[in-house]
Amino acid sequence: MQNLGADRTTDNSVGSVGGAQAVSGKSPILELSGITKRFGRVAVADDLSLSVARGERLGVIGPNGAGKTSLFGLISGDLEPDAGQVSFDGHPIGKLDAAKRCRLGIGRTYQVPRPFEKMTVFENVLLAAQAGAGLEKRAAHGHAFAILEETGLARLANQPAGALGLLQRKRLELARALATRPVLLLLDEVAAGLTDPEVDELIGIVDAASTGEGELAIVWVEHVVRTLLATVDRLVCLDRGHVLADGAPASVMADPRVKEIYLGSEMELSGHVGGRGRPGENEEIGDIGQAGQAAAARR
Amino acid sequence: MTILNDIIQGILLGGLFALFACGLSLMFGVMDVINLAHGDVAVAGVYLAVVLIPASHIPALWIFVLVVPAFMIGGYLVQRYLLQPSLDSGAITTLLVTFGLSIVLENVLLEVFTANSYSLNVGSLVSSSWQVSSQISVPYLDLVILGVAIVVLVALQLFLVRTRTGRLVRAVADDREAAELVGANYRHLFAVAAALAFGTVAFAGLALGAYTQVSPTAGPTYLLYGFEAVVIGGLGSLWGTLAGGLVLGVATTLGSQVDPNLGSMLPHLVFLFVLAVRPRGFFPKRAVT
Repeated sequence: MQNLGADRTTDNSVGSVGGAQAVSGKSPILELSGITKRFGRVAVADDLSLSVARGERLGVIGPNGAGKTSLFGLISGDLEPDAGQVSFDGHPIGKLDAAKRCRLGIGRTYQVPRPFEKMTVFENVLLAAQAGAGLEKRAAHGHAFAILEETGLARLANQPAGALGLLQRKRLELARALATRPVLLLLDEVAAGLTDPEVDELIGIVDAASTGEGELAIVWVEHVVRTLLATVDRLVCLDRGHVLADGAPASVMADPRVKEIYLGSEMELSGHVGGRGRPGENEEIGDIGQAGQAAAARR
Repeated sequence: MTILNDIIQGILLGGLFALFACGLSLMFGVMDVINLAHGDVAVAGVYLAVVLIPASHIPALWIFVLVVPAFMIGGYLVQRYLLQPSLDSGAITTLLVTFGLSIVLENVLLEVFTANSYSLNVGSLVSSSWQVSSQISVPYLDLVILGVAIVVLVALQLFLVRTRTGRLVRAVADDREAAELVGANYRHLFAVAAALAFGTVAFAGLALGAYTQVSPTAGPTYLLYGFEAVVIGGLGSLWGTLAGGLVLGVATTLGSQVDPNLGSMLPHLVFLFVLAVRPRGFFPKRAVT
């Protein structure tokens, strides 16, 4: 699976240097142009432009406060931009609410899973199959169950979602997003709080989903860069609401401006960091944000 | 034995309170709306029936087939076009809007029907009762009202648990943003919850009209009972609301046995006591089910 990811990276690295436009000849599924969003004096998006091709896997990195989660909010419809345009599949979607965007094919997971706790695992996924994918009766049940099988939750189908542990909650979060039949999947820190083998399991699920259903594009935000490097075709580094670097993962990581942000955490770039897998500490150790903050302090 | 009789009467009355309160509970549980017009909506149900019964030649007992659907549509529209815009600008605004709605309803009723009280003539149901023993007699009407309350609550529960729309209503009640993210149109679902609330309170209003004389200004009094039932049961819990209604009903009948004034005061005292001892009610839950 890791190899699979690595192969894909090398395949695309030739074409994708220089960013979105260069990625094969496919029309972009998502296009952000000139997005600005401010909370008071803090800009979470500052004239941000970005595009994602169909079936592409885009990794997004950046220090804390770079605007990674806000970017998802702007795409999924939780946040309304102050300026700029969001287009999905060639149509502007800036006026649509989150539910409509979901039905168009934008799926999203939260960093901290938010299952409907009083419902069963099955109901959680069924709901998404019905409301998100627009499936009726039998078809919805069948789809929901297939997704539970894919995500390894089938045997927990009748458990109340509130009783699940973190890994299972993350699976459910993924299952619920996949059940809406997304064309574009936004993954927010899937790895946070999990051990390496657990992260690999989830990557396996994402891998299967993206290769299985054809052209599923993925935008993946992660603090733990190793996870991303192994999986994505292209990498974007955000800093204070704008794109600092965009291109093949290797070239982005080699960018001096990115290096400056990550300075002091060389270890993180080369991949594995000891101590991951202990939830709680994980966030601190696997976090490139500290380095980012240090860099910010120097400015 | 008279105590047993009082308790039975109280339970029967409690059904009415519960029927009354479940809509309040639903609207609070799903969309955090405290509907101060709830009592007036029930009263308006009685007056709509008073108009519709002679016009449609449907007997009072069956007039709910017109009144309840009309109120459900009304509830949907009120939520969609009156409460939703106010929700977008904050909880206090919504509270004020429902308060305004309460005043408007009350005054429209006063204007059209003057201050006269009306009741619904459901025929022999009112006067006849089931003589269980020499000490215990159960009026048929009370039995019917309790039966309606239970059927409505069970139907509501089944709707929320078993149906696609009901499941979505529970989802938006639990986590609106997450529900939107899987494609749930929360504005529609909020309005569905309001339709259910208005439908149930129309049932309660009709029951009330069959039970007693109702005046245009009676709404706030019933609202108070409704609130108390909801708070005793625990905000947002349907079965808790039923329990709360029963507690209030029994307190009313037992109180009036001692002194007629105590009958209207004891439920409020019980409410205060519960609030002091169990501030979150007996079945505290944040969302519906």
